[in-house]
Amino acid sequence: MSWKKTADAVVVGGGMMGMATAYYLKKIGLKDVALVEKNTPASGSTGRCAASFRAQWGGALNITLGKACIDRFEHLAEHLGVDMDIQLYQNGYLLVAYTERQFEQFKKNVELQNSMGVTSKLLNHSEALEICPGIEVSDAVGFSYYKRDGHADPMITNFAYCEAARGIGVRIEKFTGVVGFKVDCDSVRGVVTDRGPIDTDTVVNAAGPWAGRVGALAGLNIPVKGERHELMVTEPVDWGVCPTMLMSFEPDYYMFQRPHGSILAGCGPSRYRREAGPFDDYQMGASWNFMEHMAGHVNKLIPRARGVRIVRQWSGMYDITPDLQPVIGESDELKGFWVNVSGARGFMFGPVAGEMVAEKIVNGHTSLPIDEFHWRRYAEGRFLVEPSVA
Amino acid sequence: MANGETENDLRGLNEDDSIVCRCEEVAMSEVRKWIAGGYDTPDELKRLLRVGMGPCQGRGCREIILREISSMTGVPVSEIPPGRIRPPAKPVKISLVARDYTGGDGR
Ligand SMILES: Cc1cc2nc3c(=O)[nH]c(=O)nc-3n(C[C@H](O)[C@H](O)[C@H](O)COP(=O)(O)OP(=O)(O)OC[C@H]3O[C@@H](n4cnc5c(N)ncnc54)[C@H](O)[C@@H]3O)c2cc1C
Repeated sequence: MSWKKTADAVVVGGGMMGMATAYYLKKIGLKDVALVEKNTPASGSTGRCAASFRAQWGGALNITLGKACIDRFEHLAEHLGVDMDIQLYQNGYLLVAYTERQFEQFKKNVELQNSMGVTSKLLNHSEALEICPGIEVSDAVGFSYYKRDGHADPMITNFAYCEAARGIGVRIEKFTGVVGFKVDCDSVRGVVTDRGPIDTDTVVNAAGPWAGRVGALAGLNIPVKGERHELMVTEPVDWGVCPTMLMSFEPDYYMFQRPHGSILAGCGPSRYRREAGPFDDYQMGASWNFMEHMAGHVNKLIPRARGVRIVRQWSGMYDITPDLQPVIGESDELKGFWVNVSGARGFMFGPVAGEMVAEKIVNGHTSLPIDEFHWRRYAEGRFLVEPSVA
Repeated sequence: MANGETENDLRGLNEDDSIVCRCEEVAMSEVRKWIAGGYDTPDELKRLLRVGMGPCQGRGCREIILREISSMTGVPVSEIPPGRIRPPAKPVKISLVARDYTGGDGR
């Protein structure tokens, strides 16, 4: 394949964040956009994630963006003009509180969400059981629920952006890893890949969990690292075993049934850590500790799933930032070097974050506020606070 | 059904219609369409079409898909990144894995 040595912008990373950024850059107005991916599209975190999305956040900015993402997911194929079914399924997140303190937080969240047009509500036990019959949550204090939250297929959604981007002329180079950058004083001049260089004055680092490493290639300190999270999936079974996203922040678990019939279940590493070693080693292994721990949760929470068989387990990296919030913007040190990292919610934020970063690059301003996400906040001692994360 | 019709049906049976992945019911034509579109690794095809994601975890289709990619792209099978085989080796019941689970602090 021929190699073009220049571009108006180069996006690094073919996950949801990068693919969406590349698509909107081209759509909004740049002529020549290239995306480089060291492996294949959707091979990073995006292809390994749970692909759930929600507006049930605790911070106003996250609620605004979460809502915008849901609006977009509801019409994504149309919006992108591709003939692909992202297998959207919306039957809400049922968030479970096990302590009064958590439930107090849910009350505040729901109040704020309602004031912003997100019609979430607090539920008691019998209402929760109506939404997700047969679950064992007698030890819970209360619940919150928003019916437009949901999930989709992460790979197909990522590939839908890939097809749409390719369709409007974005060059997508797979098996192309960035190994360095060309820098001239305080401006970026190009990327160096293992297949050759591309000169450009605009780079978007959308390498997700690897964004810190990619930043380091330009001599920058981008505060992102990877943390391994695991997931397991069962054989497909009859519909209705867990028809909503059942999720708790403390203890940290989530489980849901895909329209296709499989049950997915996952949790963060802190509870099954034991001897399993560091979780930021970028190794996508799968551990028995996780499987045993997670099966325990499902066994307890969904008694009727006990006889269902687990067919596969895998892991991916969360793109972790110091306050678990997005890191987005142009570097203060290197002009033309942009970062678009989600803070471990890149599936749901990708479509909107990608568009906002593209708007900022092409137009200089955005239709939704993202400036707060610039990582200079850390140097200024400001951390964003989001109560609704595990 | 008359004899002639049966023969016609058999002759009309194209390899394109045959099911590559029986767990997820994916036809060869579908696989070929995406390989032609540039999705020419087992990992990409798996993520697009779910081939190999069902209960047999690719035991039935992995070889067929590798051969098809090779014949369409001209890349020898040995040079195609084969994709990962993930645990467990055999489907296992949730209750069985959870058997020794004590609850701990993880509820
Ligand atoms: C188990 C699990 C469950 C999750 N569940 C959810 C969920 O329900 N909802 C949600 O919104 N998020 C979820 N997440 C988080 C989500 O997956 C990530 O935030 C998101 O995928 C990040 O997207 P990305 O495009 O930034 O990164 P990625 O998808 O990781 O893409 C980055 C890409 O950059 C490439 N790359 C790296 N280095 C280089 C280089 N030097 N040169 C070229 N390319 C390079 C990588 O190969 C990779 O493909 C989950 C994550 C995990 C692990």
